[in-house]
Amino acid sequence: MGVIGTALIVGLILVAIFAPMLEPYSFKEQNIELMNAPPSASHLLGTDEYGRDLLSRVIRGARISFVVGVLSVMISVLIGVVIGSIAGFYGGAIDLVLTTIADLTWSMPAILIALLLVAVIGAGLESVVVAIGLSYWAQYARLVRGQILSLKAAVYIEATKSMGASDFIILFKHLLPNSMSPVIVAATVGVGNAIVLEATLGFLGMGAQPPTPSWGAMMSSGTAYLFISPWVIIFPGLAMMLTVLGFNLFGDALIEIMDVKNKESN
Amino acid sequence: MTFLEVRDLEVEFQVDKKPVTPIEGVSFELNEKEVLGIVGETGSGKSLTAHAILGLSTLVGGKIRGSVKFEERELLSISEKEMQSIRGAQIAFIPQNPMTSLDPVYRVGDQIVEGLTQHTKIGKHKARQQVLDLMERLRIPKADRVFQQYPHQLSGGLKQRIVIAMGLCTNPRLLIADEPTTALDVTVQAQIMRLFGEMVADRGIGLFLITHDLGVIAQVCDKVAVMYAGNMVEFGKIEPVFNAPSHPYTKALLDCIPYIGMKKGSLSAIYGNVPTGGNYPSGCRYHPRCPHSFSPCETRVPALIQIEGGTRVACHLYQGKKDG
Repeated sequence: MGVIGTALIVGLILVAIFAPMLEPYSFKEQNIELMNAPPSASHLLGTDEYGRDLLSRVIRGARISFVVGVLSVMISVLIGVVIGSIAGFYGGAIDLVLTTIADLTWSMPAILIALLLVAVIGAGLESVVVAIGLSYWAQYARLVRGQILSLKAAVYIEATKSMGASDFIILFKHLLPNSMSPVIVAATVGVGNAIVLEATLGFLGMGAQPPTPSWGAMMSSGTAYLFISPWVIIFPGLAMMLTVLGFNLFGDALIEIMDVKNKESN
Repeated sequence: MTFLEVRDLEVEFQVDKKPVTPIEGVSFELNEKEVLGIVGETGSGKSLTAHAILGLSTLVGGKIRGSVKFEERELLSISEKEMQSIRGAQIAFIPQNPMTSLDPVYRVGDQIVEGLTQHTKIGKHKARQQVLDLMERLRIPKADRVFQQYPHQLSGGLKQRIVIAMGLCTNPRLLIADEPTTALDVTVQAQIMRLFGEMVADRGIGLFLITHDLGVIAQVCDKVAVMYAGNMVEFGKIEPVFNAPSHPYTKALLDCIPYIGMKKGSLSAIYGNVPTGGNYPSGCRYHPRCPHSFSPCETRVPALIQIEGGTRVACHLYQGKKDG
């Protein structure tokens, strides 16, 4: 399964990088004579309501999804790691305040936070990245905090302390690197979630603005012609499904590879 | 000037909102060029005493009381920052469990170098060379290869020697070694103990050696402290304590040493177990297991008093002699 996941992700990355070369047509080139044309030899996936080639738009959409997914997860992980490690390491009142904020954020649906943030900072690709990043950080904060809490009592941390290491060195050089494997796994699956959230925002018209082809926005415009030209909604949806499946399978495979406890118990 | 002086050391933890004192009434002195051995069964507070001297018990919320003077500085009242500059540099600690004392994500050589560069201004290259030299003196075969390896690639004995190298690399004034040779076989153990001996004699360091092994104590130590359930029950020079033990617990411990030629089945053991934290009996903590216990043992805690020969002992059998 991990192989399938890896293949899907590598495929997505390659498509995202080489999008301009792979597109048979320009993603914004309109052709009024070929509106909502079904898949054919010249337009493999058909065309949309403006006669734009769907294959080219799905390919370009991969780039948008991938960039948004990765960048927003990087923001989430960064915020989550900083807040989680401070909460776990210092404990007490600091921990209580930070954990409460994280729990509050976590208890709200990510889509609500993201919608609110987009409404405040305005629609567009950059604000979608920031909004998704700020919606998902709590899960990483909780994860890192838990890791730090259990590692803090590890003998090698005490050994490091007994050699005169400062809090800074203990936290950033020893505790954090040792807590990273579950974070990496969660982040992988998180990229999939972020892509879905981006599509949702795009579907609601709050993501990338036309003519930028976001999978969510493409599906949204396809709903109007669902019974005339179902391919407009099917192919972006299929692309998204495969992408999320890829990240989830890859994440599952990572859990087994990176499970340090299993590896060390031999 | 006393090198290391510990007075009435006490460590208190809160367990279910009740205070538990796994260390109480621990007092001893150690001079330069001296080796102090600490013995006692598992759970007697040997390691915790070492942690308290280094101020490490605070890590899990314990309170340390009493006095720990190191070269005239009161370690229990200085700031954490000052303590960090002493830990590792002047007082080095060799932790008990080599299997878990190394950070799994770094090469072992880099971990030793980290300890060295934390306290001395030394170039990366020079530090590496110094560490390799030390590793060779610790009889680590193929030191430059071991330097590059991760903890999970090393055997227990090698890890133990890496941990020892981490303690020795900064040339500390005082070395606290918590069972440093338990994972090593006897031949390597002897080499390591000889190396410790050289460091004590040549560099004049003080060595605080925690061990189960009374044989090691008899061979290398100048002084010995016997601990039981967090109390120090006997402290003194090695000869009087081993030749004529005063405290019933010390006697019992020495009786437990097997010797070649003894009759099968005649090995004696001390009945019962060391009480765990929170379940300490009233009065003298040893009295339920003590064959000599009498009425005051159950109610009053015996003070550590000096008897003939300079030995100090905490036992009601000797209290009367001082009073009368």
